[in-house]
Amino acid sequence: MAVESRQMEAMIAGFEHRHAGHCESGTMATLLRTRGLDLSEPMVFGIGGGLFFLYMPLVKMAGMPLTAYRDAPRCIIKNICKRLGVRMRSLRFRDPDEGMRALDRFLEQGLPVGLQTNIFWLPYFPDDMRFQYNGHNLVAYGKRDDEYLISDPVTDHTVSCPAEALRRARFAKGVFAPRGLLYYPESVPAAPDLERAVPLAVAATARRMTEIPVPFFGVRGMRFLADKMQRWPEKFGPRKAAALVANVVRMQEEIGTGGAGFRFMYAAFLQESGELLGNRRLNEASQMLSETGDRWRAFAVDGAQLVKRQERSPTAFARLADRMRDCADREEEVFRHLKSAF
Amino acid sequence: MRTKDVPQDHSILGEHRKASYAVDENGRYVVVPTKGWEVERIVNAQAIGEIREHIEQTRQQALRGKLSPLAYHMARCHMNPALLAANSGVWRWRIKRHLTPKGFMRAPEAVLQRYADALGMSLEALHRVPEQPEREADTGGKD
Repeated sequence: MAVESRQMEAMIAGFEHRHAGHCESGTMATLLRTRGLDLSEPMVFGIGGGLFFLYMPLVKMAGMPLTAYRDAPRCIIKNICKRLGVRMRSLRFRDPDEGMRALDRFLEQGLPVGLQTNIFWLPYFPDDMRFQYNGHNLVAYGKRDDEYLISDPVTDHTVSCPAEALRRARFAKGVFAPRGLLYYPESVPAAPDLERAVPLAVAATARRMTEIPVPFFGVRGMRFLADKMQRWPEKFGPRKAAALVANVVRMQEEIGTGGAGFRFMYAAFLQESGELLGNRRLNEASQMLSETGDRWRAFAVDGAQLVKRQERSPTAFARLADRMRDCADREEEVFRHLKSAF
Repeated sequence: MRTKDVPQDHSILGEHRKASYAVDENGRYVVVPTKGWEVERIVNAQAIGEIREHIEQTRQQALRGKLSPLAYHMARCHMNPALLAANSGVWRWRIKRHLTPKGFMRAPEAVLQRYADALGMSLEALHRVPEQPEREADTGGKD
């Protein structure tokens, strides 16, 4: 069934794609912008409280201990609603046909919508980027014949996706199954109070990064991971230990973060907020976090060396652990600075 | 990171570009498209290498008649029995039986069709195992 309408043609003609570091903040920024609220991706990421760190060795993702440089999926969307007064509408579908028809109806009305998808079934990604991961967000903004026009935030230009593939990606099963999730902002304030939202968001992230009294989260999580990492070679042997290091570095750099495990993106948020609010402390914290991001990159370089070479002595792991501890100390400093910013 | 330091290395991205945040000469954060980073390629090769090895071993076992074609196609789609069960609606213990050539031969066509649907392929293709690996490893230069 071909969907065509004047509204959809207008939307396609006027659609502006922006390249983003992270799928959830990129999707949300696009959805808000198409409803009249133009915020940069870093602002959405920062106000959405996207930055975090967690290491939970007993929770496994694809057989690897759960390591994340950001907060849980959908947390950015949830926080944006709460802090900016946006109201979202989310629809899930039991029947895939109905889910695809609903999507077509929104597109006919000229309304771009967010979709949760499984990345393995999206044919426009290179093969080696495709994993069985159900939490990928993208924006659908049109349909031509049997192809959907997609603004995938992590690609540098818009793409198209055959209907059959998109249907598969939307209705894949397994952990965190999307069940066809389709979402869009129902109401968006014309001029949200950023002077109120930014301090709230910064304070919440600072608390989460430094004050959760269990070892898995925030800077505590980094130190916890550093201690474990140091003991990986004796506990698992050099081969498995190297695979574990590779996984940590992948979570930091490979899985769409904008660089240094979202640290650069958050620094961009602090910079933009600092200027917007005329708050020098935010700009100082931005610089401090940029430097920390550079240290994270150095950690990644050393980690990759360890994975690549056979140089897997206990001292190499200890040095790597020290790099992570240094990042933890620096981030603690950044967030202490931020707590006194308002 | 400065914009001029954003790595542009050969990677799995191919023609794709990822967005990277970096500071320009005026100290302002901007988005810089990147072709990839050597560091990413190395840690990715580690993860992808393990998956590839598993797919290739399964393919060879399927060719030798140790495992069924279903086992190969399940591996090719990065699935295990639990995930295939979730996607096909066939019970896990039943799937496990169909991973052996003998069990696969006895599987009803309706069940095989459900596997084919879940794996995004035709029923006919589900019975075939390629003689050669389907893709060459892209190590992106030498290690």
